[in-house]
Amino acid sequence: MMKQAQQRVGLLQGTLDMLILRTLLYGPAHGHQIGKHIQRTTNEFLQMQHGSLYPALHRLEQRGWVSAKWETAPDRNRECKYYRLTPKGRKQLVAEESQWKQMAEAVARVMWPAAEEN
Amino acid sequence: MNWWQIKKKDADLERELRSDLELEEEEQREGGISGEEARYAALRAFGNPTLIREQTLAIWSWNWLESLARDLRLSLRTLGRTPGFTVIAILVMALGIGANVALFTVVRGVLLKPLPFDDPDHLVMLYEAGLHEDDTAGSNPVSGGMYDEWKKQNRSYSGLALAKGIRVGLSASGGQLPEKLYSALFSWDVLRTLGVQPALGRDFTQADDNPTASGTVLLSWGLWKRRFGSDPAILNQTIHLDAKPYTVIGIMPAWFDFPDPSTQLWTPVYHDKPEDEMTSFSNHMFRVVGRLKAGVGASQGVADLSIISQRTHNAHLNDPFIFQSARSRPLLEHIVGEIKKPLYVLLEATCCLLLIACLNVANLLVARSAARRKELAIRTALGGGWLRLIGERLMECLLLSASGGALGLLLAFAALHWLMQTRHDMSRVESIHFDGVVAAFTVGVIVLCALFSGLIAAFSSSDKRILGALHEASRSVSGGGARPTLRKVLLTLEVGLTVILLIGAGLLLKSYERLRSADMGCLTQDVITMHLGIPDARYPTAAQRANFYDTLLERVRALPGVDAAGFATVVPGQGYQIDWTFSIVEHPPLPQGSGQFALSRWADRKYFHAMGIPILRGRTFDGGKRLDAANEVVISQSFAGQYFPGEDPLGRHLRARGKNAVIVGIVGDTRYAIGETPKPVQYYPLDAGVETVGTLVIRSSRGPEQFALPVQRIVSEMDRDLPVSDVLTMNQLLGQSTLDQSFNAALLVAFATLSLVLAAVGLFGVMSYIAAQRTTEIGIRVALGAKREQVMRKMLLDGMRPAVFGLVVGLAASLEAGRLMRDLLYEIKPLDPAVYAAVAATLLAVAAFACIVPAWRASRLDPMQALRAE
Repeated sequence: MMKQAQQRVGLLQGTLDMLILRTLLYGPAHGHQIGKHIQRTTNEFLQMQHGSLYPALHRLEQRGWVSAKWETAPDRNRECKYYRLTPKGRKQLVAEESQWKQMAEAVARVMWPAAEEN
Repeated sequence: MNWWQIKKKDADLERELRSDLELEEEEQREGGISGEEARYAALRAFGNPTLIREQTLAIWSWNWLESLARDLRLSLRTLGRTPGFTVIAILVMALGIGANVALFTVVRGVLLKPLPFDDPDHLVMLYEAGLHEDDTAGSNPVSGGMYDEWKKQNRSYSGLALAKGIRVGLSASGGQLPEKLYSALFSWDVLRTLGVQPALGRDFTQADDNPTASGTVLLSWGLWKRRFGSDPAILNQTIHLDAKPYTVIGIMPAWFDFPDPSTQLWTPVYHDKPEDEMTSFSNHMFRVVGRLKAGVGASQGVADLSIISQRTHNAHLNDPFIFQSARSRPLLEHIVGEIKKPLYVLLEATCCLLLIACLNVANLLVARSAARRKELAIRTALGGGWLRLIGERLMECLLLSASGGALGLLLAFAALHWLMQTRHDMSRVESIHFDGVVAAFTVGVIVLCALFSGLIAAFSSSDKRILGALHEASRSVSGGGARPTLRKVLLTLEVGLTVILLIGAGLLLKSYERLRSADMGCLTQDVITMHLGIPDARYPTAAQRANFYDTLLERVRALPGVDAAGFATVVPGQGYQIDWTFSIVEHPPLPQGSGQFALSRWADRKYFHAMGIPILRGRTFDGGKRLDAANEVVISQSFAGQYFPGEDPLGRHLRARGKNAVIVGIVGDTRYAIGETPKPVQYYPLDAGVETVGTLVIRSSRGPEQFALPVQRIVSEMDRDLPVSDVLTMNQLLGQSTLDQSFNAALLVAFATLSLVLAAVGLFGVMSYIAAQRTTEIGIRVALGAKREQVMRKMLLDGMRPAVFGLVVGLAASLEAGRLMRDLLYEIKPLDPAVYAAVAATLLAVAAFACIVPAWRASRLDPMQALRAE
């Protein structure tokens, strides 16, 4: 338990939106799926807090980057709220992605200057 | 986003969370965990759904609005829990706000709103000035001759028009009784100058306004409605005014009341007045209204007219009564001149009242917050934000003052309704309305009150010693020191303001009393007066006129119960009215350019007896001398003193209006108006048959009012077209002329009483609170042997201290307030010691009374009970 807790880290501020948008690039998904997907893809390294997931989803919806609709899940006999990427959201994803890339490169340049020179 | 949208969103969100939670649960079950376990595991993985819901919802909703709604709910609940406090606070606020809104509405309607005329900023009222060296501020009426010169020669005014208020008798017609009406003489261009059109029919033309034209008249909307049933067919019909025919040419709009509110009809002045009056330079009787040309300043206009006046004066140096210059005032100022000062004083009084109301509510809130100290401390300890707590307090105050404001608005409506009913004589009373500005003012006052009382209360509870409060509250031996101090400061302020109001009210009341008890120089009891006049048109000769009054007086005196009766053109208390220039035949001629004038009245020989005006020397008129032979004059004591110093006036001759009269008697002085010093008067005999309009006075020790009807019957038997009006006892007549003073004094006394009650309530509240807080302490003291008198004295002193401080502060501030009111006072100084002493005594007595009950209760405490109280 202790070990697991140590391995999990909180998300960097502002990256959750990007991750959600990127996840939705595969197709529509409901909240549970999105959370599970991010958790699984990062090998449980990123622990999804539902407390931030849902506010984030609704924030994205309010901004018009995703749209939401109640649909019957294909694998189960129940209705789930599916989120899908809007064209506006796609644009936003591209923008955030490039921003993140620049950021990561900048950080890397400071952190590992030798590697850069080689 | 609307609340119902938020509600929908919330339901949607709940469904989403539930669905996802179930998914999680299923997954857990698939992972091999069974039943309840799976559910708990899911919840653990998920977190607190309610919290998530709230956090998510915050994305959608307007957070602050929601918290505002929460504050509102909370405040409503808190206020509902203490209905007594709530009701008192709302009533206090309602009184304060209501008084302010009502008075502001009046001030706005009367003083601030522009006149309803076309481009009113260019309208001025013009006066003559500069007859004497010191005469620079007077508002002397203008003579017809000077008006003529001004009109012909000036270059500054696009319009100069002339007006004068008079009274006329409207003859009986169509089964309606004759009546006496207030009317105004207008030059043909008054309406044009003001920029007003009749509502129906046409305006006067220049052709109407000359002696040879046939009579024309404009009716007021009210008269048209009342007397002619709003029938438009009255246009071009003929009505009879003072027995002369006039054609109705138009009806004025309902709001039009120039030159004063009682005016009911208008006739052309050059048609009605004889030519010699219209061309005289020394007969000052008209109001002149002017419209300045664009780009011409008021002072420039006055300078222009003054040059004309000076030139005219120089051309007629033998006439000592031609003014040398002109003066002007904005028309609005002329119309509201007399009412401005009292209105502002009353407005200041209501502001004081409002401040007292706010202080009182703040005081009550502070007391309550002290009682809720434990609750607040616990909330703060649990993480309640300071701002949230203040917000809540402000919301409470806003609720209080908003409900107070709503109630106050109703009060203001009622007050204004009452005012319009009782004071329809007030200038511009018709322009008093509730409108957008008043509404904005009301809202502003409400918010201001809420902020003021709320912030005081909020800051009083913002101390950070949470732990101390919790400690203290567990066992209070003596009340915390801070809050009573704040409350005492508030009380001091409140008492101070009350003192100012009390002193203002006291000064007005005393000056009103002085006014009413001023010796008029004649009887004021057992005398009834009636106004009547015979039209020249039907009584063209002096003999007819003299006979009419002879017969009338004879028949009135014959009525059983009448002690005496008389007739005079003007009786004391009816105003200045008329003065005449005169010279004394036996004296050497005065130097050129100087002259003498004195009030002049016509009276019948028994008038002095009827009015109780003493004949000091000589006798009254000789009844045998009539018409042209009536060549006698009676003068007043001050006339004798001023114009015959050191000589005997009896037997001397006065020359006035081209005739000599011999002085046969000296009578006592009278005042032409209440509050004015007696002026010299010359009385001429009614028997000369010159004057036609005046006042009949009847004295009877058996209720003079009973003669109103019999006398009217006599008059209508003698001439069925003669209206009798203004049937008033002498007391009523004087009361009417002091209406303003009594009105102001009554209002201010009402405000002062209210504030005294508020201050007493505040004092009582604080004392009760302090006593309650000290229950344990007092119990210990008594248990240890303190005497009850000692306890009581200590409590009393504690309570009286803020009252005494407040009294001192208030007295000091009243010096300034009294100075402001100086113009409203009659025969008393703003520093009247009796008023100050009375106010101080009243206040201390009320304060002692407010303190004594809690103090007494404290001293009666049973120590054992007090110690067990917590």
